[in-house]
Amino acid sequence: MLRIEHLYWVVAAFLFVTAILNLRDRRFSMATFWLLLSVPFVFGEAILDALRAGTEWPAQAIGMIVIVLGVLASMNPLRSVAEAADAEAHQQRSADRLGNRIFIPALALPTITLMLYLGRDLLVWNGVPLLDPKAQTLTSLGVACVLSLALGMAVTHARAPEPLAEGRRLLDSLGWAVLLPMVLATLGGVFITTGVGSAIASVTAAVIPIDNRVACLLAFALGMVLFTVVMGNAFAAFPVMMAGIGLPLLIMEHGANPALLGAVGMLTGYCGTLLTPMAANFNIVPAVLLELPDQYGVIRAQAGTAIALIVFNVGLMLMLVFR
Amino acid sequence: MPADINYWPLLGVAVVVFGFALKRNPVLVVVVAGLVSGVAAGLPVADLLTLLGRSFVENRLLLLFVLTLPVIGLLERHGLRERARRWIASFRRLRLFHILISYLGLRQLLAMFGLTHVAGHAQTVRPLIAPMSEAAAERELGPLDDDERARVRANAAATDNIGLFFGEDIFIAFSAVLLIQAFFARNDIVLEPLEIARWAIPTAIAAFVIHSIRLWLLQRRLLRARREKAQRESADAAH
Repeated sequence: MLRIEHLYWVVAAFLFVTAILNLRDRRFSMATFWLLLSVPFVFGEAILDALRAGTEWPAQAIGMIVIVLGVLASMNPLRSVAEAADAEAHQQRSADRLGNRIFIPALALPTITLMLYLGRDLLVWNGVPLLDPKAQTLTSLGVACVLSLALGMAVTHARAPEPLAEGRRLLDSLGWAVLLPMVLATLGGVFITTGVGSAIASVTAAVIPIDNRVACLLAFALGMVLFTVVMGNAFAAFPVMMAGIGLPLLIMEHGANPALLGAVGMLTGYCGTLLTPMAANFNIVPAVLLELPDQYGVIRAQAGTAIALIVFNVGLMLMLVFR
Repeated sequence: MPADINYWPLLGVAVVVFGFALKRNPVLVVVVAGLVSGVAAGLPVADLLTLLGRSFVENRLLLLFVLTLPVIGLLERHGLRERARRWIASFRRLRLFHILISYLGLRQLLAMFGLTHVAGHAQTVRPLIAPMSEAAAERELGPLDDDERARVRANAAATDNIGLFFGEDIFIAFSAVLLIQAFFARNDIVLEPLEIARWAIPTAIAAFVIHSIRLWLLQRRLLRARREKAQRESADAAH
């Protein structure tokens, strides 16, 4: 059976090759960055197993690596890696030669992901599911990446090192932005363990008039937005705001409908996700990926929709949640 | 305020806010914020390192998207974006907001069935949707300047996010729905996933309508800016 762990090893191999290629170009700090980042992907499951068995030093070593990665990130500012001088002419020639055939592997990537996911119940060998049942779409995506790469090489007649060199070029131009989602999620874990959430909830609960249900609802909705902006993740904001305001005040005191409050409250948090650089994988990584001059360009483009939706959600809750 | 709550870990939030405001390297800001918040909570250094390491390893799923880079890079090298641009340019009537609204609807529908990783910034926006949007805008406006190009691209990425966020919550096996259900279950409120997920439908429809209107306005604004510029230039020429 294919476990998600196997795909992590493929990621590790890709990071390792990128490190070697950087080493060959004598870009030592970039090479160290990718090399260190590959470590949690090689040993991830072993580290978590050790932790469950009570051995903490491997996790602590990763903790040290995270700190070093932060320092290395600040030493390697983002820059787009120059394409070879003949790249554009080459692209034109290739585009003419291959015609619409170039779309086959590009569309194969989403199509294969879709087919693997839909056919997951058929992909069973001797009673064992072939795709990791705990992460079906992601394993489907991983397999689709490998298959469409094979298809892409067949269509373009590329030789083996070419996809690695091109993958490395994209990875290098993403640079530290690639790491930001992971460290932000890590920070979310630290914030929860150190009690940042309960501190914020208790401050909020202390400043609102708790017998006024409209004030409580507004505090809950705006709290979801603000807390998501700070944490970069509505999932982190939800338990905090629900435990601080939603459950004790709105549901217990004022009789709010929990299913509606939960669903629309979470979606109000999502509006916060659209507004914050902390949600790096949605807002900063694409800005880098699309080579925008402004890192906050994507946030600017979606802010109008986010604010209109916050108003819509608050209105929806005011109308229906207390029935 | 209850006295038994330690407010010092909030310093970590302050580090984040100031770090981002002062435009320090975000990765470094976040790592420092974690350390500050841990130390302020009185965690021993060894425990803090364990906590950092464990959360980091547990979240490595977020880097899986890099697997798309070799195939996307290879196809781009062989002219994928160029081809996508030309293909769109061959449809005379297709306009920028047609492309982006179709993509918005498609992304929402796919996410609704749990297919969140079928599309994305690396898989579909950079290689296909962004160049197609640029081509459609170019046919109407002529060659784009840097500012216009950046706006079109940023809106392609924004459309992907909005489609994803306000589709996935309707999928009953989606982790947000399960998180909400689990939270209430721990507090003795028993709900079916479907009861929660159906309340995501009004917001999903609102998101589609609001964002579609904004995309239409974007197109209009780009056109008007061009027209005003042309008028200014012809007025200048007349003087």
